[in-house]
Amino acid sequence: MRASSRRLLGLARKEFLQIARDPSALAIAFVLPAVLLLVFGYGVSLDARHVPIALVVPSPDAFTTSFTGKLYGSPYFEPRSFRSIQQAERALAARRVQGIVWLQSDFTRRADTVGDAPIGVFVDGVDANTARIIEGYLQQVWADWLASLARSHGQPPSLALAEQPRMRFNAEVSSHDYLVPGLIAVIMTLTGALLTALVIAREWERGTMEALMVTPVTVSEILLAKLTPYFVLGMGGMLVSVGLAVFLFGVPLHGSILVLTGCSALFMLTALGMGLLISSAAHTQFAAGQIAIVTTFLPAFILSGFVFDIHSMPLAIRLITHLIAARYFVTLLQSQFLAGDIRSVIVPNAAALALMAVVFLALARLRARKRLD
Amino acid sequence: MSDDTAGAAIVLEDVRRSFRSGRRSVEALAGVSARARRAQITGLVGPDGAGKTTLMRLIAGLLRPDGGRIEVLGVDVARNPLLVQARLGYMPQRFGLYEDLTVAENLALYADLQNLSAGARAARYAELMRMTGLGPFQSRRAGRLSGGMKQKLGLACTLVNPPQLLLLDEPTVGVDPVSRRELWQIIEHLVRQARATVLFSTAYLDEAERCDQVLLIHEGRLLGSGPPEQFTAAMRGRSFIATAPIDRRALQERLARTAGVLDTVIQGGRVRVVTSEDSPDIRAISAAVPDLTLTPIAPRFEDGFVARLRARGADGPAAAAGTGVAQAQPAPYAQQAPGGREAVIRVSEVTRRFGEFTAVDKVSFEVKRGEVFGLLGANGAGKSTTFRMLCGLLPPTEGALRVAGFDLRTAAAVARRRIGYMAQRFSLYEDLSVRQNLRFFSSVYGLSGRRQRRRIDWAGGEFGLGALAEAKAGELPLGFKQRLALACALMHEPEILFLDEPTSGVDPLARREFWRRINVLAGQGVTVLVTTHFMEEAEYCDRLLIMAQGRVLTEGTPDAIKAAARRPERPDPTLEDAFIAAIGTGGAPQAP
Repeated sequence: MRASSRRLLGLARKEFLQIARDPSALAIAFVLPAVLLLVFGYGVSLDARHVPIALVVPSPDAFTTSFTGKLYGSPYFEPRSFRSIQQAERALAARRVQGIVWLQSDFTRRADTVGDAPIGVFVDGVDANTARIIEGYLQQVWADWLASLARSHGQPPSLALAEQPRMRFNAEVSSHDYLVPGLIAVIMTLTGALLTALVIAREWERGTMEALMVTPVTVSEILLAKLTPYFVLGMGGMLVSVGLAVFLFGVPLHGSILVLTGCSALFMLTALGMGLLISSAAHTQFAAGQIAIVTTFLPAFILSGFVFDIHSMPLAIRLITHLIAARYFVTLLQSQFLAGDIRSVIVPNAAALALMAVVFLALARLRARKRLD
Repeated sequence: MSDDTAGAAIVLEDVRRSFRSGRRSVEALAGVSARARRAQITGLVGPDGAGKTTLMRLIAGLLRPDGGRIEVLGVDVARNPLLVQARLGYMPQRFGLYEDLTVAENLALYADLQNLSAGARAARYAELMRMTGLGPFQSRRAGRLSGGMKQKLGLACTLVNPPQLLLLDEPTVGVDPVSRRELWQIIEHLVRQARATVLFSTAYLDEAERCDQVLLIHEGRLLGSGPPEQFTAAMRGRSFIATAPIDRRALQERLARTAGVLDTVIQGGRVRVVTSEDSPDIRAISAAVPDLTLTPIAPRFEDGFVARLRARGADGPAAAAGTGVAQAQPAPYAQQAPGGREAVIRVSEVTRRFGEFTAVDKVSFEVKRGEVFGLLGANGAGKSTTFRMLCGLLPPTEGALRVAGFDLRTAAAVARRRIGYMAQRFSLYEDLSVRQNLRFFSSVYGLSGRRQRRRIDWAGGEFGLGALAEAKAGELPLGFKQRLALACALMHEPEILFLDEPTSGVDPLARREFWRRINVLAGQGVTVLVTTHFMEEAEYCDRLLIMAQGRVLTEGTPDAIKAAARRPERPDPTLEDAFIAAIGTGGAPQAP
């Protein structure tokens, strides 16, 4: 039977009336992303501040003090003095400090004579991310110190640590700038999937689906009538999230709104498609919610590269990340926000999203049948 | 289309359908062949679990049969479900009204879905509103309608584009007698005026008599088909009303054991007797009880059903029922002898408000020890609220409730220990075995050690559950589930038993068995309080209280309530007539 615009309009009108009267869909579309963005945006911070580190200087003198003074002056560190390296290591093992800076007893002598001062740096590697940050900050302090030495002595001593590649941690750039765009992608994955999965499960729970099925309505009409209103709602949620990112977290938006909107639309279709697919298996709101969180939100959180670097994952996991829609959207959003419209980023990632949208919607259509068995 | 099927709107040929339940396969329909004629009401009659809903869904093309063929309006459903769905109206058991949408919006949605042209709408809406009496409520949200009004709106939505075939899956379940009667009037009007074909499924056997044709199904098989008179014709001359100057329960017990008696049912103060086919000699039966009078009465549909079930022998769960109850006679239960007839439940001037809304308004009544007391009322009459207050789950706003001598305001927990409660949908743990359920419910009530073991053994023997001790509760047939639920409610030997529509939808034999057990308990001094709007159950009660809009309308024995409704044009009113009359004089029930 061919699609009828009257039926489609009737269904879509019903959907909008329900959205207007039952605030739960509005809550998922607007309140959920806003709350998650606030919680994670403020909670998940990669900025390390006041990190306790152990400072072991067996023979302090003016030269070592000029370095340790830098450490004490840094907002990132809270140095604690230890007498011996053994004591410091015990403190590290007990996680009372997160790193050790050890200026050995011949530090000053060798800096003056040989030119390579023996400085030992140990960082608690349990939390790899924090470890990398601490390491970066230490190098920054070291480099600052070398620079000030150069200013006062005219010529910097060539010291071993300074030769190591410096990590680019700019003290002015907060981690929000690259976290928030990724966070938006992860949150919109959940919102999109929940919107369609929950509202269809609700129709099953309330028995309205069975009544719909025996009307001349076709499966495509039911799916389309769900997709349209929740696409509008989902894009509204997206708008709220971008607004919060720009105006609350102060993330710069370098790319064009048009490209951002287009990419978001593709992603929203993918997420809604996942929700429709979930709804073909889950006929209760509880099950739909659980499945949506486990199959969309968690993989997006872990495997999208938003927090955990995809390049440092084992090959098998790296391959799996290609199946995660959020991965492409995270990349797109980060480059749209921080870099601008970069064709070489937009084209492949948008193409991947378009493909996934088609696949999920097609699967949802194939799986949905006008039967109860 | 062959000549044979020309007059049939629905043709079923050896229809089979099974479902998987865990590792087991449950046969919902075991080869059903039947026909439903055009422009008639065909009743699909049978108890819960008979396969009615499965058959409806198969006919609507929502399920595929495992075997057999279904032809609807000349179309093979399995081949072309959409074509069939375009021509039929289907109202599932829980009709899908959108509760956030108003009456008018629901109607408009279904008009869109069924492609009703814009020009035809105004007239059709007006017609449906007039038919259902929903006109004044068009801008009310569906979620705020009463149960009966929701069913009528559901029906209106199904009828918005007049279908050739109307499938109604238990539209009268959970609907009070007034709304039930209105629904029937709408449907009969539809068949007469619009020449529509209706398939109407129901577990209420009295509704079978209103159908043109009946398909009687039980446990997935067709037990009989034909006009309802055909079912009752075979029973002619075998139905009697028995009266004797002894207690009606004792009378029923005696008659049930008399040779030649097929069936006994308490009706008010009298007992309805059906004799078996091979014993037409009623004198022999009369001799069983001194001073017994047997008055012949017209047979009813249920008599035919019971006769068929009994003829099938002891293969169903209910058929074995009689033995279980017989053993129950010298029951080890009787701790409290039916001594004085003191009031065990005392409700005085109780009012319960929810904000502005008064759910229960100055209700007073008393229930004596060993009495079976019925609480009746339309949807929203305040039955459930009263019930919850009696269970100590809800404090009254004003007034006092005393149960088993305890004031529920101060000692609700103590009083609850004296109460056994059986919910409508038997609150059993379906994944637990019979024994585990019994152990759980007994330990909840503080039973342990030897006493607990003794009670579990008692339940196994008394309710014939011993052999099924390791079976999962969820996999039991409905009749056994009901026995288990009752056993669980009785583990702690309560003085008072609360029942919420205990036998609605259960097959007639299982219902008889259940009420015989209740009668035995009442004889032992257990006080039984029943809420129901199922008139069959009300007949078993010693006294009834009819509520409407939170107030007591009338109170008395079933016979007295029926007598009060006697009119010249209705010399022998049924309890349903009396109920409707009582509600009518007390003001029509309105939606909250």
